[in-house]
Amino acid sequence: MEDCLLKIRGISKSFSGVPVLSKVNLDVRTGTVHALMGENGAGKSTLMKCLFGIYKKDEGEIFLEGKPINFTDPKHALENGVSMVHQELNQVLQRSITDNIWLGRYPTKGPFVDEKKMKKDTIELFKRINIHLDPSTPLHKLSVSQRQMVEIAKAISYDAKIIVLDEPTSSLTDKEVELLFSIIEIIKKQGVGVIYISHKMEEIFQISDDISILRDGRYIGTESAKTMTREKLVSMMVGRDLEKWFPPKTNVPGDVYFSVQNLTTKYAPVVHNISFDVRKGEIFGIAGLVGAGRTELLDALFGVRTRASGTISVNGAPVANLTPHESINNRFAYLTEERRVTGIYPMANITFNSTIANIQAYKNKLGLLQDKKMDEDADEAIKSMRIKTPSKKEPIRSLSGGNQQKVIIGRWLLTEPDILLLDEPTRGIDVGAKFEIYQLIIKLAESGKAVIVVSSEMPELLGITNRIMVMSNGYNAGIVDTDKTSQEEIFQLSTRYLNQTREAEV
Amino acid sequence: MTASATKKLTQMNSHDVKELLMKNAIVIVILMIIIGIIIKEPAFLSGTVFKNILTQSAVRLILAFGVGGIIIIQGTDLSLGRMVGFAAVISGSLLQRLDYASRFYTDLQPLPLFVPLVISCIVCAFFSGVSGWVVAKFKIHPFLATLGMMITLYGILSIYFASGDPGPQPIGGFDTRYTEAVIGSTFGIPNLVIYASIVSVVVWVLWNKTTFGKNLYAIGGNPEAAKVSGVNVFWTTILVFVLAGALYGIGGFLEAARIGSANNGTGYGYELDAIAACVVGGISFSGGVGKVSGAIAGVLMFTVISYGMTFIGIDMYWQYIIKGIIIVAAVAMDAQKYIKKT
Repeated sequence: MEDCLLKIRGISKSFSGVPVLSKVNLDVRTGTVHALMGENGAGKSTLMKCLFGIYKKDEGEIFLEGKPINFTDPKHALENGVSMVHQELNQVLQRSITDNIWLGRYPTKGPFVDEKKMKKDTIELFKRINIHLDPSTPLHKLSVSQRQMVEIAKAISYDAKIIVLDEPTSSLTDKEVELLFSIIEIIKKQGVGVIYISHKMEEIFQISDDISILRDGRYIGTESAKTMTREKLVSMMVGRDLEKWFPPKTNVPGDVYFSVQNLTTKYAPVVHNISFDVRKGEIFGIAGLVGAGRTELLDALFGVRTRASGTISVNGAPVANLTPHESINNRFAYLTEERRVTGIYPMANITFNSTIANIQAYKNKLGLLQDKKMDEDADEAIKSMRIKTPSKKEPIRSLSGGNQQKVIIGRWLLTEPDILLLDEPTRGIDVGAKFEIYQLIIKLAESGKAVIVVSSEMPELLGITNRIMVMSNGYNAGIVDTDKTSQEEIFQLSTRYLNQTREAEV
Repeated sequence: MTASATKKLTQMNSHDVKELLMKNAIVIVILMIIIGIIIKEPAFLSGTVFKNILTQSAVRLILAFGVGGIIIIQGTDLSLGRMVGFAAVISGSLLQRLDYASRFYTDLQPLPLFVPLVISCIVCAFFSGVSGWVVAKFKIHPFLATLGMMITLYGILSIYFASGDPGPQPIGGFDTRYTEAVIGSTFGIPNLVIYASIVSVVVWVLWNKTTFGKNLYAIGGNPEAAKVSGVNVFWTTILVFVLAGALYGIGGFLEAARIGSANNGTGYGYELDAIAACVVGGISFSGGVGKVSGAIAGVLMFTVISYGMTFIGIDMYWQYIIKGIIIVAAVAMDAQKYIKKT
């Protein structure tokens, strides 16, 4: 394309041997909105991080207005007219709009900051892109959408040629979305190229000129939004075969064992009115986009997050599960999403890591811990989970991700749970270890436990679960039978409530 | 209460009232204590008392500005007291009367007053700058960096203190020019109050009108945002510590003359008073917020309370208990705003 503003050619990136991007291309034309689409983990944010120099690309080239560029950090990119408005806005909330926009390059008059000029420039800037805000307002008084506009204005003030908007509408109301779109139209006319990352189909078709699709780190293609159809887009995003990466589902679901009625959480991000049942011996999947409320739901079930209403019952009897301690006593186990943050004790050894959730069981009559019993259990966990380690005295951080995960699962199995909540159980684990974790999950279900698996990888959900609940923007968008559903159906369901504004904090 | 005020109050819902009370709880409690003091001893409301309170607050305020800047960037400074001690000993040792029996430097001729002041400031700014460098370079929490500095500095200060001609003994017998300049008055206004006012204005300008000040708040509020916007976090951090050191230098210079003597124990524990005053004055440990007026309010409140409690004869030990509770209550109130609800 002749009027190509940003040209990305053959970018590859891998992390410890696992390719995340392979030879990705992208062309953004002057004065257009270019939508970047793909499932969770398709490589969109990795691509953007390579563009901004947060990650060092393994190969490939980037051209801005025909000149090759290689940014070292976001600041470098910003100064060269490439900026990003993050989902998580990086702003100083305590300070005013002007202070935030001119941060790092305050105009000065002698030894002092030239407040007058700053204010004047801000007002002119706002006029240019039609924003109506008082520049002296501190940011914590603004709504998320207003803060976003400030961030866009800041990008414009750096003479941005490319602005990346990452899920900009995820927390906006319809009206605010309209306002955002009108601003995007204005900056488009000024020749800015916008890279727009979003999962919301309606929006993509409404705002974008071109659409590019990534899948599994590969570039699938680019089409004009005019010729693209919804069906085609979805199939480009998910269109892959379910490879035989999964052990046979030998578990047989029995009677309803665990049930949740009308569960709503108290604090934002809110999960609304969720009801579902899980049978004994069933593997129940929960699907959804990032931010759909899946982790929040598990948090609420385990007593980490406060519930506003709703009941949980096991075997017909209601349980409160107000604190994790209580939940463990009720034979729940919770494998958290961020293993490094909320799972492992990195410096401690395997014995400590595998026995910590069950520590009460090792007390003798005097209330002192019995090392021998703990060592026995740790050995047992290493054996039954096939954890690869030289000894149980090894600090857990020296193990691979897959083996760490096995230790944590072993930890929970020692508490003899009946209901397992597994949040992204195979995240950051290589393929071989994944298979072993799947086997383990199926074995657990076979032994009569109710297993709930949250995962962002659709093939995984389709491969090991019996039923799947799809969450969308905090709501239950539907429960489907794994054998009768498809990736397309799940994807459609996961976008079902995206235009619904979530209720604010109660 | 007037009818209209009552009506206004009833119109506000309970949530608003609760929030208003929460926000100002510490001020309300302190005002209640002051009212109690006045009821007990109406003589508390006098010009002399007022003047005394201002004079006693002066040095504390200068020190509070120093540590206040560090608190704004999410830090703290434990070495403040030892810095003050060092500055006091340096200033005192250089400004003794010619006819005083045991002079630190037996043969030293009278120096212009500003020389010891400048030396004190440079020495404290240097050591504080080292703390800042350690914090910025090695990403060590200021609590630990300044803990190390506090201990090290006590050693250095004591070695200097012991190196004087008469050996390690309290430094007294100050030059009258020095004591007059500090504890005297100009047109009826205590000089200390004048100095504190000048420092307040300078600090206000630095915090609010310069790039340094803007960067200070930005780093305190969101270091990541400051960094990606191109603020030089490294140098700004060091500069905040250097400025604090210079202020401690001024504080120590004034403190020696105010007390009338100096030794290696001078200033011990001052850091906690200064930090407490900042926190009560709304300079939050979470960083990014804090005003000059807040530091002034915090320091004044503390002085009023201690002065007032002594005035009505409350036992010293009880004063400690009350002050301790006020500090924790103020911090708890502040933290309430940031507790994440899940």
